[in-house]
Amino acid sequence: MNRMTFETRLFGVLRWVTIVFLAIATLFPFYYMVLLSVRSQDSLLQHPGDILPKLSDFTVTTYTTVLKSVAAGGDGLLELLGNSALVAVGTVIVTLALSLPGAYAASRLRFAGRRQVHFLFLAVYLFPSILLAIPLFVIFSKAGLRDSLVGLLVVYVAQALPVSIYMLRNYLSTIPESIEEAAAIDGNGRLGTLWRVTLPLAAPSIVATGLYVFMIAWNEFLFALLFLVEDRSKWTVSLGLSQLAGGLEVPKTVLMAGSVVLTIPIVILFFAAERLLAEGLTSGAEKG
Amino acid sequence: MTSAHTVRNRPAPAKPTGRPPRRRRALTLRQQESRAGLALLSPTLIIVLVVVVLPVVWTIVLAFQRLRLATLQREGIFGRFTLQNFAKVLGSADMWSSLGTTLVYTIGGTVLSLALGLVAALALRKPFRGRAFLRSAMLLPYVSPVVAATFVWEIMLSPQFGVVNAWGKSIFGWDKPVAFLSQETSTLSLFGWHVHLPLALLVVIAFEGWRYFPFTFLFLIARLQAVPKELEEAALVDGATPTQRFRHILLPQLYPVLALLSVLRFILTFNKFDDVYLLTGGGAGTDVLSVRVYDFLTAQFDVGGAAAQALVLAVVLVVFLVVYLKFFAPEDRA
Repeated sequence: MNRMTFETRLFGVLRWVTIVFLAIATLFPFYYMVLLSVRSQDSLLQHPGDILPKLSDFTVTTYTTVLKSVAAGGDGLLELLGNSALVAVGTVIVTLALSLPGAYAASRLRFAGRRQVHFLFLAVYLFPSILLAIPLFVIFSKAGLRDSLVGLLVVYVAQALPVSIYMLRNYLSTIPESIEEAAAIDGNGRLGTLWRVTLPLAAPSIVATGLYVFMIAWNEFLFALLFLVEDRSKWTVSLGLSQLAGGLEVPKTVLMAGSVVLTIPIVILFFAAERLLAEGLTSGAEKG
Repeated sequence: MTSAHTVRNRPAPAKPTGRPPRRRRALTLRQQESRAGLALLSPTLIIVLVVVVLPVVWTIVLAFQRLRLATLQREGIFGRFTLQNFAKVLGSADMWSSLGTTLVYTIGGTVLSLALGLVAALALRKPFRGRAFLRSAMLLPYVSPVVAATFVWEIMLSPQFGVVNAWGKSIFGWDKPVAFLSQETSTLSLFGWHVHLPLALLVVIAFEGWRYFPFTFLFLIARLQAVPKELEEAALVDGATPTQRFRHILLPQLYPVLALLSVLRFILTFNKFDDVYLLTGGGAGTDVLSVRVYDFLTAQFDVGGAAAQALVLAVVLVVFLVVYLKFFAPEDRA
């Protein structure tokens, strides 16, 4: 057997080993999460090694416990879902409203500093969030924004803007300018062209970017923790769940039910638009 | 100002020459364009200025003052300046060991996520049944909320009811459960050698690799699929084996993306807070710098110390980036 056939066979086998390994590594933790969320704590403690669902153990009380309001003796995650949704959707809208014109400018218009737009990235991502958190904590406290969802939204918008502009700009630069010029010749002004021609063409990218921004805002933890921890009614789901884990007598199965509740909106959105997201994030990267 | 920028080979929107003279002192199209560009970008700039640049500058000021959280609200921006914070931060041995931990964590996490992403991209390059599903499923660790992901890991690795320890006992015959997230070192005996492993730190690095390999995978597979087929076919005809094709055809094509991703992952991992905080709380030898800053702030209420610490974090990062860009960056970086 020469080297060629040896390697070809070896990698033929290794490829499948890798695929199976990756499938298990990525899917198992989430399978385990769902599995535990419908088991009772007792059954988990007695048989920690079981990874197959058993009908006799099946329960949904974990979900009712974690979702019910605190007044009703639950953990009140349902109310917190509203907070998370509000902040995340708000962040998406504001970020898109700001980054669309910005991305358009960066991809189409010539102005001083256009090539320096990537410094935005450096500014936002070079410094640890924890560094920004200290002064923001003080500024927002003074402005009365700290324990409000608006303050959180402003921070999230700032965190999401650079990547949003980057994704949109990459996509916009793939749209031929001749289309816009044709619209301009047909009598559209710059805004008219933007509204009637560029935006509809960029719709897939806008959806992908919106989704990514939603993900950033929905998943964020540090700023929620620093700003909102004192006021329970303002907590996001992530924060609520992490605070729940601090309680000693909270069963792990209930925590897992909470994790499922926290994860499901993202997974649904994401599987609905996975292809868009993958392309939106990496378009332009092909060129290196 | 503007004419120096006409490097793009695109037609100018309109030529001012040959037109009837405009109304009085109207802006040229070029000036209009320049103004429109800045106007459209200005909301973004303002937000970034207020939420990022201003706080950074203020942090620098804070780092030179003795301030506690309680006094900060009363005192103005310009109190008495001192170097005490830096003396305290730089003089503490914990800080240097924490810096070492941060570097191990960052480099480990970056390398692992890149390596896994590369392997995944190579394995999923050619179509097979279920590839589309696996591709989506593989992004789960990246898109799922960090709080949920860390909880599952914690429970899986738990000494009392975790599936890993349960299987370790029944399949591999571990005599006692391993506390993956709260045990600082673990001794591994191999052929009479005893190796001390920083267990919790390794678990945190593994988590980082697991959570972020989908990100590098996305970029790498996009790049792989853009490699012209002819290149590989020609190499195949020449009798190049799979490793040779990877080494001499694919890898050179991937270098720029790999370089970009490694910088990106390095920065983001270096500044990472929530993953480590949620998994171990910074205990058991995983006290990375960002968690230390958080402790300064919330446990000791020492704003000045926290700011100085955060600044050290940023400076170290900048030094690393400069060194990297100067010596290791590929020539044609974006």
